Amino acid sequence: MEQPIQTAIWHETPEADNPFATQTARCHGYDVYGQMLGHCRWVDMLYLLLRGEAAPPAHANLLEDLAVALANPGPRDASVHAAMCGGVGKSVAASSLMAALAVGAGQYSGAREVFLLVQQWRALGTDIASWEVALTTPHSDVTVSTWPAIDHTPGFDPYGTTSATIVIETLNKLTQHLDQHSHLHWLQQYLPQLERVTGQAATMMLVAATAFVDLGFSAEQAEMLTLLLRLPGAAAHALEQQQIGHKKFPFYAVDLQAHTAEPTE
Amino acid sequence: MNGADYLSQFSHTLKTTMGACFPGDKVIFRGKTLHKDLQDIEWFDLFLFGITGRRFDKNQLTLLQTIWTYTSYPDARIWNNRVAGLAGSNRSTSNLAISAALAISEAEIFGRGIDIKAITFLINSNIKIKTGTSLAECVNQELKTNRGIAGYGRPLVSADERIAPIMETAKRLELANGPHVRLALAVDNFLVSGRWRLKLNYGAISAALAADMGLTTQEYCLFSIPAFSIGMFPCYIEAANKPAGTLFPTACHDIDYTGQAARQWPPACGYKQD
Repeated sequence: MEQPIQTAIWHETPEADNPFATQTARCHGYDVYGQMLGHCRWVDMLYLLLRGEAAPPAHANLLEDLAVALANPGPRDASVHAAMCGGVGKSVAASSLMAALAVGAGQYSGAREVFLLVQQWRALGTDIASWEVALTTPHSDVTVSTWPAIDHTPGFDPYGTTSATIVIETLNKLTQHLDQHSHLHWLQQYLPQLERVTGQAATMMLVAATAFVDLGFSAEQAEMLTLLLRLPGAAAHALEQQQIGHKKFPFYAVDLQAHTAEPTE
Repeated sequence: MNGADYLSQFSHTLKTTMGACFPGDKVIFRGKTLHKDLQDIEWFDLFLFGITGRRFDKNQLTLLQTIWTYTSYPDARIWNNRVAGLAGSNRSTSNLAISAALAISEAEIFGRGIDIKAITFLINSNIKIKTGTSLAECVNQELKTNRGIAGYGRPLVSADERIAPIMETAKRLELANGPHVRLALAVDNFLVSGRWRLKLNYGAISAALAADMGLTTQEYCLFSIPAFSIGMFPCYIEAANKPAGTLFPTACHDIDYTGQAARQWPPACGYKQD
């Protein structure tokens, strides 16, 4: 027999007359079309797919609210800007989402930042002294990868000094789903202190990463979910620009400065 | 100047030294006019000029292009090519197929993730050895840090059919004897003579040849991005021209399920629907 694809997530049984047609599909053992459909929310399915177990009610509600908070970073956000570049030129639909994913994947205001923050949570826990040291120590990661070097403190806005209202509103709302021992509660308590230490504003990525830690997701799962959950806004804004048209989309002025041959690093 | 003021100065204008188009008039490309100064430049030459700001001689251009040529495999089983093929088979567009397959080529165990590690190791080791570090120390440190050396060993097979022809070409072009190539071969000898089953592969030799032509780490990584693309196009074409859905159709029995046994939804405890 040829080597099969292995999975612990999904189990399909075939129709009697066609091995390529599905009679039942189970996700981690649960009958998706026979029992879950109509009796669960999308976030329940997301949680089940990634965690392998049904979400406790508080976790499902937290993920639901987090999904709403992340759904649209708005047209000022670079990932949505990228999607709009696809919309305005009437590029194929997937390209707008691919553009949003590529730009929103980054270490600055992006999914990789959430990945790094979840790793940081796992390493530091809720020890405020460790956080203070980490936030005031330059990154010393020597791992060679295609990711650029870290040039700002993950989770903090190098151009801001105090958290934006929507960040605080999100933190306060998400915190309500969990008991006082949660990482979100800890962040709520120590956020002013962390901002004093860094001199910078905590961002939505820090709140999101903290919620993912409370939900039990790994850094890799949190990165994937951040990419996924921000796509609705990218889609909506791409489609809107398709309708508005390129004549009303900024092309910007250019200030072409003298070129000097320089090495790229 | 506070952060908001700092950002505001960049809000409405692209400040650039790289280039710009002035529709109906001219295009400036790294200080040259594209349609006048660079009128006769070949595409690959311009590609490297765009990345490095430098021009390469004829032999260097030939060797760099050949590095791409010898790793152009039209085999739709290979993971990145498979993406291009699946896109064709599922009747997506060719542009999406190639774009996604290129994105997939940024992997930890092949492609771009190897390229950056391989050239970083070779450039850093070459510098360290010049200042007195032994080859053994460089290799052992890399093995300790990364549990392997990028450019040595291969995920599926150990032999690499690309090495002999690229070295033949490099020798013919008199570009085969630079310090990074010599280092790459010395590391291979060291690993072969030791207990490691890590044979030199194309990742290390390509990086060494490029480093000997003066490419920096970033320049080499940018240069490498289109490397696999040539093999992707035939994979897309063939799949797109065959009946829909016929590239690796997977039947239910082609899946080896290793997960939870069937259970009832909603689960007995914990879950409740709002």
